[in-house]
Amino acid sequence: MAPLISISNLKKAYGIFTVLHGINLDIAEGEVVCVIGPSGSGKSTLIRCINRLEAFSNESSIVVDGVTVGPGKALAKVRAEVGMVFQSFNLFPHLTVLKNVMLAPMRVRGTKPADAERKARELLARVGISEQAEKYPGKLSGGQQQRVAIARALAMEPKVMLFDEPTSSLDPEMVGEVLDVMKELAWMGVTMVVVTHEMGFARQVADRVIFMDGGRIVEEGTPTDIFDTPKEERTQSFLRAVLNH
Amino acid sequence: MNLLNTFFNLPILIETFPLLLSGLVVTLQIGITSIIAGLAGGLFLALIRLYGPGPVPFLAKIYIDIFRSIPLLVLLIVVYYALPFVGIRLSPFVSAVAALTLVSSAYTAEIFRAGIEAIPNGQFEASQALGLSPRHMMVDVILPQAIKIVIPPLTNNCINVLKDTALASVVAMPDLLKQATQAQALSANPTPLIGAALIHVALLWPLVSIVARLEKRFGQEKR
Repeated sequence: MAPLISISNLKKAYGIFTVLHGINLDIAEGEVVCVIGPSGSGKSTLIRCINRLEAFSNESSIVVDGVTVGPGKALAKVRAEVGMVFQSFNLFPHLTVLKNVMLAPMRVRGTKPADAERKARELLARVGISEQAEKYPGKLSGGQQQRVAIARALAMEPKVMLFDEPTSSLDPEMVGEVLDVMKELAWMGVTMVVVTHEMGFARQVADRVIFMDGGRIVEEGTPTDIFDTPKEERTQSFLRAVLNH
Repeated sequence: MNLLNTFFNLPILIETFPLLLSGLVVTLQIGITSIIAGLAGGLFLALIRLYGPGPVPFLAKIYIDIFRSIPLLVLLIVVYYALPFVGIRLSPFVSAVAALTLVSSAYTAEIFRAGIEAIPNGQFEASQALGLSPRHMMVDVILPQAIKIVIPPLTNNCINVLKDTALASVVAMPDLLKQATQAQALSANPTPLIGAALIHVALLWPLVSIVARLEKRFGQEKR
């Protein structure tokens, strides 16, 4: 079966500073991939290229569900199929929680308001914030906001969900509630690419863990491969640093 | 006593008041037309300056810079007295509205641009990631937030436009100031001028205090 996402020779540079040195990566439908690595290793840039929030070199190619990701008309189609959750939530502060979740299906898919609302309430219930539907995002805690952001992305019924350090700007006691929602999605078979520093989550949930450093994939494998028997010296030293403190 | 008779002559004020009110109506017509046209033009200019293709942003910037540099009185006189030499003959009303709108839309464009640029990048990214078209991103996400930010400076600009309508009197527009100078000539007494000044203040004072309140409120919300 063809992979859902196929990334080949992905290169990205800011001026003379190269962020990604030709990444090759295939992601299958239903797979949960966690990308770990030090800051500045290019892991966020990698997933931001998948829906082309970052432009990338012409020699590179990314194909999502048979559609090539590039500038032009097809891009909107790709973006509608790729959900994204940001580190800083990026909810729309002028809209209620409910309207945040309803907006894209109505505008992009042409869903009727009544249907969009039913769907939105369903998703908000799933992420555990039904009671907050009429509130504005500013009134919610960070953990609640991030769960709304997950519901907002899910409302488009995307083929894949990208998570860009979804818990990095949360207070420690709120990390769990967001990870729980993500675990549930993973168990339901949602295809996920997660950039994270939560090693426990990666070990527990990932089908595959990718360790990146210096704009390259240094090592990839099952959580057991990466966390218990890492082969590369760089992976070993990174894991030593993040796990033993 | 003499001073009172000269500047605050009540009988003369009462006698000329209907004339002043008819001037006020003209002032409001010019002002409101120019404000609405200036808002629409300014939003359009801001959008093409930020997102227009090819040389369009540059051309928009040139327009904005020129019309923010040119004194309104000069522009008005050019429009009304110079354009007829090339066959463009505009009525006093159209001349006044055209000059005010050209200038107001340049200022308004900069206000809108600042408002749009103040919206965090994450809002644009979240809209794009959801697949919203550029138009929906602007209409549903960016502009509602930007407009809230720019309401105080926009109101300020409206005040300036309303004040500048007084310049229309130089193109023989029977606005508040023109009617007042005429009434002054007829009655040989400056009281109508004082009346016009007071009407201007009565009209704009509430707006000025609204701006102050809005600025205070928005300033607090940010924290």
